[in-house]
Amino acid sequence: MVTAIKERITLDVTAQEYREFQPEHILTVKNLEIFYGEKRAVNGISMDIGKNNVTALIGPSGCGKSTFLRSINRMNDLIPGARAEGEILYEDLNILSDDINVVALRKEIGMVFQKPNPFPKSIYENITHALKFAGMKKKSVLDEIVEESLQKAALWDEVKDRLHKSALSLSGGQQQRLCIARTIAMKPTVILLDEPSSALDPISNAKVEDLIVDLKKDYSIIIVTHNMQQASRISDKTAFFLSGDLIEYDDTEKIFTNPSVQKTEEYISGRFG
Amino acid sequence: MEKLLPARERLLKSKKSSLDGEFRGKIMVILCAVLMISATIAITIFLGTKGLQSFTKNGISIIEFLTSTKWNPTDKANPAYGVLPFIFGSFAVTFLSALIAAPLGIGGAIFMTEIAPSWGRKILQPVVELLVGIPSVVYGFIGLTVLVPFIREHVGGLGFSLLSGTIVLAIMILPTITTIATDAMSSLPNHLREGSLALGATRWQTIRKVLVPAALPSLLTAIILGMARAFGEALAVQMVIGNVRNLPSSILDASATLTTIITLNMGHTTYGSVENNTLWSMGLILLIMSFAFILLIRYLSSRRKVR
Ligand SMILES: Nc1ncnc2c1ncn2[C@@H]1O[C@H](COP(=O)(O)OP(=O)(O)OP(=O)(O)O)[C@@H](O)[C@H]1O
Ligand SMILES: [Mg+2]
Repeated sequence: MVTAIKERITLDVTAQEYREFQPEHILTVKNLEIFYGEKRAVNGISMDIGKNNVTALIGPSGCGKSTFLRSINRMNDLIPGARAEGEILYEDLNILSDDINVVALRKEIGMVFQKPNPFPKSIYENITHALKFAGMKKKSVLDEIVEESLQKAALWDEVKDRLHKSALSLSGGQQQRLCIARTIAMKPTVILLDEPSSALDPISNAKVEDLIVDLKKDYSIIIVTHNMQQASRISDKTAFFLSGDLIEYDDTEKIFTNPSVQKTEEYISGRFG
Repeated sequence: MEKLLPARERLLKSKKSSLDGEFRGKIMVILCAVLMISATIAITIFLGTKGLQSFTKNGISIIEFLTSTKWNPTDKANPAYGVLPFIFGSFAVTFLSALIAAPLGIGGAIFMTEIAPSWGRKILQPVVELLVGIPSVVYGFIGLTVLVPFIREHVGGLGFSLLSGTIVLAIMILPTITTIATDAMSSLPNHLREGSLALGATRWQTIRKVLVPAALPSLLTAIILGMARAFGEALAVQMVIGNVRNLPSSILDASATLTTIITLNMGHTTYGSVENNTLWSMGLILLIMSFAFILLIRYLSSRRKVR
């Protein structure tokens, strides 16, 4: 009797509702080590990533932030000789294991890169590119998603009259928002952002920051940034990395006002070295 | 740096220094450039005047020359100078060989750059380089001894045919297409690849919908350079194509191309004769075609810069 009800419940809940029932952690990292050949770039880190949070990764150049971020949607698979040990649990599934379908994984864990990388196609096609592979072919549906994701990325008003012009004709800041839009269009659960505003002017940067805070409602966001103000402005939690180690991970407010480790303090106050 | 001299002495261009090494080097490279340009112009002018003589001096009609299918310059009473069969032959072997070599070459390039960048390249690269190094007479010889009998026995016809010429040419232009296509694919920025994969596209979807379209102008350039080579190749084709003067009616028929007719006949015609002049006219057609190929490549590379 009880099992029957349970079954009915599990069958009835939609994916959306199911997500809402989930515990507050979207990802759990356990003893993650990442190697490039013999060289270890990430030294056994463990952390929980909050659901519907913005988690900022900070630390000096070369400390392994990008390496960690790219391991979350298995982009490191593309680098010959790169391998990861330990676990990253996503809904209790270790996404580092060999039997993970990385193509499906990347639809749920999207990524935006440091350098805007629109495809040399039209703005419209940049967004529909991956949607078509996900089986969406109907024009009316595609049109709707294009508009919706461009709206969310705060780009719609600027490009609605030239959706079929080349994406390369956009400014750098617009290109980056387009890249965010095409990631949102896939309706992922997690969005990884690797220094998304490092190539942007302050105005575009402010737009991207507003956008990230806005996206938090629907997505869990992990962002790498070198900009301390940015981290303190937009993130809920901050993780400080130093040469492959996770030195401190706490609420952003705590990290920026009263860090418990001296190295963190030195780094965020710019007295590092 | 010591600043004992006033700025005027240190920074103004002196008359003397412009006359030493700097200047001599400049003169030398300008001379090289002038030499190359004048050689090209001289060849063009020579071929232009010689090539037009059959129309201006010998009074052959250009229309007839280009559209008639009858070629019989040695008939004393009633000579005919239609080169359409050879123009057709040249274009036929060029397009057909590109049709075979382009998918193979681009496929090989994709294999080397996208599918198996480490070992694939290590194996295919030397193969391609070897193919470049084989002289055309050897290709012709192999075609003559292997391909022609094979086609005669298993496909039909005499073996000497458009098909044989096409296949030999396809193999000859394959390395050109593969090399340039490989360069084009591997010079695509990595972030294009990653951008598509990060959205959950598969590798094949990424190749088909992002990488090949992005490299398309360069890939077309690769094909056109291959075609230019096929259009101008004489020796190997001549050995397998059969060299008849009729318009072929099937791919298994023997045929001839502009280049094969020139190489076959230039030895036994006397300089200044009508027949010799018509050979020059055919040479002029080849030159015009190679200009056309260059223009096409220019056009494509200008499109690439815009993107
Ligand atoms: N493809 C690679 N092959 C080998 N080593 C690499 C590779 N990518 C990164 N590394 C090394 O791994 C370490 C961490 O690099 P990573 O790119 O993760 O640093 P980062 O924290 O993102 O730095 P930055 O702030 O400059 O982007 C560095 O020592 C780097 O040299
Ligand atoms: Mg980085």
